[in-house]
Amino acid sequence: MENSTLISIEALKKHFLTSGGRFTALNGIDLKIGRAEFTGIVGPSGSGKTTLLNIIGSLDSPSEGRAVVLGQSISDLNVKQAALLRRSKLGFIFQSYNLLPVYTVFENVEFPLLLLKLDDSQRRKMVMDSLEWLGLTDKTKSKPAQLSGGECQRVAIARAMVKRPEIVLADEPTANLDAANSHNILKTMVLLNSELQTTFIFATHDDKVISYLKRKISLIDGKVAKDEMINK
Amino acid sequence: MNLLFKLAAKNLIGAGLRTWLNVIVLSFSFLIIIWHKGLLNGWDRQARNDMFNWETGTGQYWQSSYDPYDPFSLSDAHSKIPSTFDTLLSRGEIAPVLIAQGTIYPGGRIQSILIKGIDPEQKVLKLPGSLFLKSDVDLPVLIGSKMAGDNGLKVGDAITIRWRDVHGTFDANEMKVIGIFETNVPSVDAGQVWVPLNKLQKMMGTPGEATILVCGNFDKTGRTTEGWKFKSSEDLLKTVTDIIKMKSVGGIVLYVILMSLAMLAIFDTQVLSIFRRQKEIGTYIALGMTRSQVVGLFTLEGSLNSVLAALLAAVYGIPLLALQAAKGMSFAGAGKSYGLVIADKIFPVYSLGLVVTTIVIIMITTTIVSYLPSRRIAKMKPTEALRGKLQ
Repeated sequence: MENSTLISIEALKKHFLTSGGRFTALNGIDLKIGRAEFTGIVGPSGSGKTTLLNIIGSLDSPSEGRAVVLGQSISDLNVKQAALLRRSKLGFIFQSYNLLPVYTVFENVEFPLLLLKLDDSQRRKMVMDSLEWLGLTDKTKSKPAQLSGGECQRVAIARAMVKRPEIVLADEPTANLDAANSHNILKTMVLLNSELQTTFIFATHDDKVISYLKRKISLIDGKVAKDEMINK
Repeated sequence: MNLLFKLAAKNLIGAGLRTWLNVIVLSFSFLIIIWHKGLLNGWDRQARNDMFNWETGTGQYWQSSYDPYDPFSLSDAHSKIPSTFDTLLSRGEIAPVLIAQGTIYPGGRIQSILIKGIDPEQKVLKLPGSLFLKSDVDLPVLIGSKMAGDNGLKVGDAITIRWRDVHGTFDANEMKVIGIFETNVPSVDAGQVWVPLNKLQKMMGTPGEATILVCGNFDKTGRTTEGWKFKSSEDLLKTVTDIIKMKSVGGIVLYVILMSLAMLAIFDTQVLSIFRRQKEIGTYIALGMTRSQVVGLFTLEGSLNSVLAALLAAVYGIPLLALQAAKGMSFAGAGKSYGLVIADKIFPVYSLGLVVTTIVIIMITTTIVSYLPSRRIAKMKPTEALRGKLQ
């Protein structure tokens, strides 16, 4: 079961209408991603990394082809079903952290659990576990504005991991961090990947992130140019 | 809903000064609307009480020819008081009033007036008729303070009065002012003098007759009153009720202006909020909220402004309104100047219904105003929102 397919993508195309006409961001992607992978979609800007990540995260839908995530075809989901999929099975980490500014660290991490309607004690335990993994137990009452960039990203990871999602999607997670913080964050994610068997998928062109990947899928002009397993 | 409520409250409080500015403006609206309505309610109550006490009683029987808006009807508007009222009359529970036209000559001027005859022993109206019983002058009169002021009359003054009796004969006499009463009801004061009923009946040659019968608290059903028509207190108060209604309608303009200011502030805040918080909206959606939940969250945030405003208005408004309800608001001279039934001091009346209705109306309006800009969220692409890109 460890390597069972969680994500299956076939002949996936995504077009956008722009002022200059139709722009093809993804042009026939085929790939499968299994459980507990630590995979990166890499490539230059405009290669379609974020678009692919958004479709896997059910934030966008394919123009052509098929993307099946955890057994659900993204094209067939209505907005409510897509929201439910994100709420229960997917975690997101963003480049600019996207923490909710008026909430404390604890409340930010607790947020996904509130949407899952878990009871108070269960929520509290899961939030504290998550904050402990990320070494943030002393920051529970801080607001995002009081934290450093590295701490903010750790909170974002804690928020993504707190509900124990099957897949975590990280879009340029280290882009706003210095080298030391980037390595700390990546080491934490490697640890979570191995301990919790969570699948991590990155969209990145950061060499620091690439150096931690177990699988690297290179996109160029919306096509998979190379898909390689990296032996560590 | 509970989750949305918690989140909305958190976001709203977290917005700090922006929220409090909206809340302060909205709380002013709450307070001024409630205060203004309370003042009108107080005026309505006072006007009704004064009218009951000084003019209308609990209703009136009018001689069928009587038309208060046509002075020429007065020559025919008098009849024998129906015998069905004899007992009430003897107990002072009905006050017959005979009305005639006359002329006085104050300061060398001619002034047309109404001469009203009233039973000195009646107990229905507050007119101080008992003063007649203590007077031994030939033609004692009572006048209101407005009449006295307008004509420069004071107690003890004697002045010529001329009238025409039922046979068309003019007669004149000297009347003496024996008392000046204070009333908030100009229609028993301005341009009229009160004389004892039997004197006026004698002057007019209409013994035992009256123009109107003012009723006290007795059952009016089943009384034979041929030649008389009954006017309920509501009929008689219609003019004053209409004036107050008109003032209420005028007040709506004030409410609309106040509400527009408050709603504009909330609308602006909502638009700005949605504009500035695109990333946050995208994050909510990415974390698993549906678009309708996010729309609901922003709408709730906006409408919670009215809840906070109601609480704030209660904090500083209750003491202020209570103080004014106790001390009243001065309208000294307004009644006499404008001919309105208005006391020198009006005591506002704030009912629970008034407060609840105002709160509900403001909350509904706020919710609608908050919802309108929030609808845009439903059309947002989460991928664009996450990047904070304008849509």
